Amino acid sequence: MTRRRNGEGGSAAEIVFRNVTKRYAERTEAAVRDLSLEIPAGEICVLIGPSGSGKTTAMKMVNRLISITEGDITIDGQSVKDLDVTELRRGIGYVIQQIGLFPHMSVEDNIATVPRLRGWDKGRIRERVRELLELVGLDPDEDPGRYPSEFSGGQRQRVGVARAMAADPPIMLMDEPFGAIDPITRERLQNDFLRLHALIRKTVIFVTHDIDEAIKMGDRIAILRPGGVLAQYDTPDTILASPADEFVADFVGADRGLKRLSLRRLRDIELDPVPPGNGVTRIDADTTLRDALSLMLAGQIERLLVMDEQRPLGICTVDVIGRLLATRGTDAPA
Amino acid sequence: MIALADPGRLAQEPVIPEFGQGSDCVRENRQFCWDWFQSRFDDVFWPRIVEHVELTLIAVGIGFAIAFAAALFAHRYGWFDTPFTVFSGFLYTVPSLALFQLLVPITGLTWTSAEIALVSYTLLILFRNTLTGLRGVPEDVKEAARGMGLTTRQILTRVELPLAFPAIMAGLRIATVTTISLTTVAAFIGAGGLGQPIFNALQGGFKTQFVASGVLAVLLALIADALLVIVQRVATPWARARARVRAA
Repeated sequence: MTRRRNGEGGSAAEIVFRNVTKRYAERTEAAVRDLSLEIPAGEICVLIGPSGSGKTTAMKMVNRLISITEGDITIDGQSVKDLDVTELRRGIGYVIQQIGLFPHMSVEDNIATVPRLRGWDKGRIRERVRELLELVGLDPDEDPGRYPSEFSGGQRQRVGVARAMAADPPIMLMDEPFGAIDPITRERLQNDFLRLHALIRKTVIFVTHDIDEAIKMGDRIAILRPGGVLAQYDTPDTILASPADEFVADFVGADRGLKRLSLRRLRDIELDPVPPGNGVTRIDADTTLRDALSLMLAGQIERLLVMDEQRPLGICTVDVIGRLLATRGTDAPA
Repeated sequence: MIALADPGRLAQEPVIPEFGQGSDCVRENRQFCWDWFQSRFDDVFWPRIVEHVELTLIAVGIGFAIAFAAALFAHRYGWFDTPFTVFSGFLYTVPSLALFQLLVPITGLTWTSAEIALVSYTLLILFRNTLTGLRGVPEDVKEAARGMGLTTRQILTRVELPLAFPAIMAGLRIATVTTISLTTVAAFIGAGGLGQPIFNALQGGFKTQFVASGVLAVLLALIADALLVIVQRVATPWARARARVRAA
């Protein structure tokens, strides 16, 4: 039982899939086959795969929107089958691509749905709504009384995330949450959610079909192949460095080396020592390796002086990055 | 109070009242005599208006109760949709005069006959509109509700019915206006209402009574419709928010 307290006052829970199979009565092929996964408390686990790989099905078995045919899913050691289904769902935040806000309720009433079902008093709910709106980047003074139709798609999904977190559930299920949102807004939502997650540290299962999103969001990525079979479950870095087989290598793309570089920042790697003298191009330590490499290639620059504010950290060259790429992936998230 | 059927009543009432002693307008039977209308409003028209409103309210009330229950049932058990649609559709197509007359041998020249007929005309509209409203609730909204741990009943009362409300109200408006107009025909079997002075005037040919009754029935329908629109607007502030956004 690894229920972990966190900064926001809530907790995260460990989720374990044990030999989970889903077979629909009308079809002989399984949608998910013998899936085993351990998702540590507080981590973001991305489920990804082509269509027909059962990623959404796997996720929906956690809150029992889809029943489990064989095997079991446990939350902190307790089987989801043994829990009362409404109680189970009220303890799991649920965010979907189409958002599904209640159009007839104000933002406040939308967010307050689960706290009200749980019988929180009015003052506590009001306070919680304000807190959440601030957390997801909305206006706690103006927005509670507005209706969903008055917001843009990106803002609506912010409300959707706030609603899912309302009763401080230890687990969140997110089904392609940013899939229907324009690329610029999506990037902002992704960054904001990562920042938020660093704060609240819930256990998140995140379904996507976008490998770049998976690499960005996931502490671990589970790649499923058609037929619902797990192809590889590992950290993004390991998957990019050493894909388990042809299918995974194809799926992550031929540019997986470059993708791997975008996971690291200059300040995180071992740089060459700074030579005496001057006359090299300076670069911020928070630049990703991918951007640094791009800069060097495009500008025909051989050496970059990595700066942390005013302090030089070291020299980055194409060789430094190349050496790093040659190493295998790490086991723990970077 | 409800005026129960009195078969003799049509014949008993004076056909053209106050002939000989009224104003020039009344004596000449002009299109509309305001003075006569004003002086006889309290005894000729007001009781009929009250009857008319009562007949309508009870018919729409009972009709709504039946249609609403049937729609909820059909929403849960899809197979029920077709048989009830066929049944209420059949009732809807029976000509009103014929239906009133058909019921007389069974339930007599009574208020009951009138209400049975009036109720049967509301069913199709109220049933279809309620069911369409319930079925129009977006799937993603329902999925989010299920995923958040709302029970089937909570989804119905907190999500589906509020979202179906505009469609249900649209049905109520049509049913109410239709019933108000049909209720005038119910006077044919002595059920009272504004149809009564119309029938009397048709027999005697006194134009003022005829015109006044007709206009009052139309006004009643307009007022009822306006009231329902107000109820709907007050009850669905979210729909106005959406309209504001569309306009902007």
